[in-house]
Amino acid sequence: MEYGLKPLGRERLWLWLMLTPTIIGLLFGTIGSLLATLGLSLFNWDLINPPKWAGAENYVQLFQNKDYIEAFANTLKFSALYVPAVVIVSLLLAVLLNRKIRGVGIFRTVYFLPAVTSAVATALVWNMIYGKETGILNWMLESLGFAPICWLCTDHAMMSVVIVNVWGAIGEGMIIFLAGLTAIPRDYYEAASLDGASDLQQFFKVTLPLVTPSIFFQTLISAINAFQAYDYIYMLTRRDQGDSSVPVAVYSIYRNAFHFFRMGDASAQAIQLAILVGVFMAIMFWWERRYVVYE
Amino acid sequence: MSKPINKTVLDVIAYLVLIVGALTMLIPFAWMISVSFRIPAEQFSREFIPSPFTVQNYLDLFEDLPDQAFLFLTFNSFKISILTVIGQVLTCAMAAFVFAIVKFKGRDFLFALLVATLMIPPQVSLIPNFIIFKYLGWIGTQLPLIVPAFWGGAFGTFLLRQYFLTIPRDLVDAARMDGASLFDIFWRIYLPLSKPAVAALSIFVFKDAWNDLLHPLVYLPTDMHKTTLTVGLAFFQQQLQMGGKFTVLMAGAFLSIVPLLIIFFIAQKQFIEGIALSGVKR
Repeated sequence: MEYGLKPLGRERLWLWLMLTPTIIGLLFGTIGSLLATLGLSLFNWDLINPPKWAGAENYVQLFQNKDYIEAFANTLKFSALYVPAVVIVSLLLAVLLNRKIRGVGIFRTVYFLPAVTSAVATALVWNMIYGKETGILNWMLESLGFAPICWLCTDHAMMSVVIVNVWGAIGEGMIIFLAGLTAIPRDYYEAASLDGASDLQQFFKVTLPLVTPSIFFQTLISAINAFQAYDYIYMLTRRDQGDSSVPVAVYSIYRNAFHFFRMGDASAQAIQLAILVGVFMAIMFWWERRYVVYE
Repeated sequence: MSKPINKTVLDVIAYLVLIVGALTMLIPFAWMISVSFRIPAEQFSREFIPSPFTVQNYLDLFEDLPDQAFLFLTFNSFKISILTVIGQVLTCAMAAFVFAIVKFKGRDFLFALLVATLMIPPQVSLIPNFIIFKYLGWIGTQLPLIVPAFWGGAFGTFLLRQYFLTIPRDLVDAARMDGASLFDIFWRIYLPLSKPAVAALSIFVFKDAWNDLLHPLVYLPTDMHKTTLTVGLAFFQQQLQMGGKFTVLMAGAFLSIVPLLIIFFIAQKQFIEGIALSGVKR
């Protein structure tokens, strides 16, 4: 549909004035800075001495830098655990809530609570919950007869961090799925149950195919959040020297840029993160075309 | 076939799962509140109900922290978040209006470009922005957190444009007949008619600005008079590792989420509909 108001005379000026902030944002905030980061990644620069040309060196070093390889692997590991957990748990919750259950409003509010509150504030209490000697989680384990776990030590920190991140994200996921589920016409289920389909069959034959758009969307959002996960990880795994027991890519970018002032390395890492996001999105949109059912 | 019983059993299972889940969601908040009302000696106690019960931690937060740090942190968070909301709503609404209503060359290209930037991770902008702000001498001030809020953004522009498109076009034509200018139509018709969308955007923007950790960490000094609540709390936590009062920390954490809880309970509908909208709009 072609629509639009024609600007008259001096309004042409107004039009561009109203767009000026957005254009500045594109130049300095997003597209411009993507290009700038790309450029910076080809130099070595500590912001004190003049930048030195490095060419592809920063990128080559990424593959030799053990710390960065660990961080990048952690980002992938984190995402591989976090994304399916968020999608499955929030879908399950939404399906349960969609059973015309009482108190939907209360459940929705409760599950949504962590999505509203800051990761910093809730991470502070999670830190207490995870405490080795003093935490309530280990106290529960002990009272059930299990050995206490050092939740935030290197061995278990990844799992603990994933748990908190999932805890913080399922509220939003649940809302997305609930919106998708309520959009499925009731007659579909009636028709299916007339044909003798069990609840389980109805879920797999009716619900699941029809919420694929929501699954697609939620997977995309969760993955983008996973690649950029930072707050909980900073709050829960940061050590005194400023490093982390679960360093992820964003942590590494932050450390290199603003602690060590290695702008070239940090930029190369940021570009690699952008490439990861880009590749993932390309895969997702290919997947969408093949499997996602739009009515 | 005992179909009704089957359904009851499933309902019971559903309730059980939902209730256990809900408790898991609530326990951290409940624990935070519980610890914040304890005396320091009881901070690691496993008793949920604080005994003895005290509000001293909340008083300590304001009195004991040096130079009224907590007040400054709270003020800074409010100041930055409110300015961010103003900046985003204003600049996104202007762009959204132009993209939704006005016809001009390059409109669709520019809009597509803007939407494409949703894919760029914010970390990519962080480094060049830091360098620009450093040369402007803004590092250590709150300007790098406030000024970018005034240069629009893909999310807000997209959200408001979607809403603007639902406003009947007859209104524009009628206003045009009466000689209203482009800006009049924006300011007197579109903005007032879009209160629900503006409210939703404001809530999202406020929440993100209030909860932001990375940007204040990068741009602001660890000076309790200049930084925000999130960084301040993270800093207190670090000091506490050497053995201190978690009771006061929990009081601070709880107070820091109170504004958002209030907004959430008042505007829950906008919050949840906004999220649902972002998932369905595709």
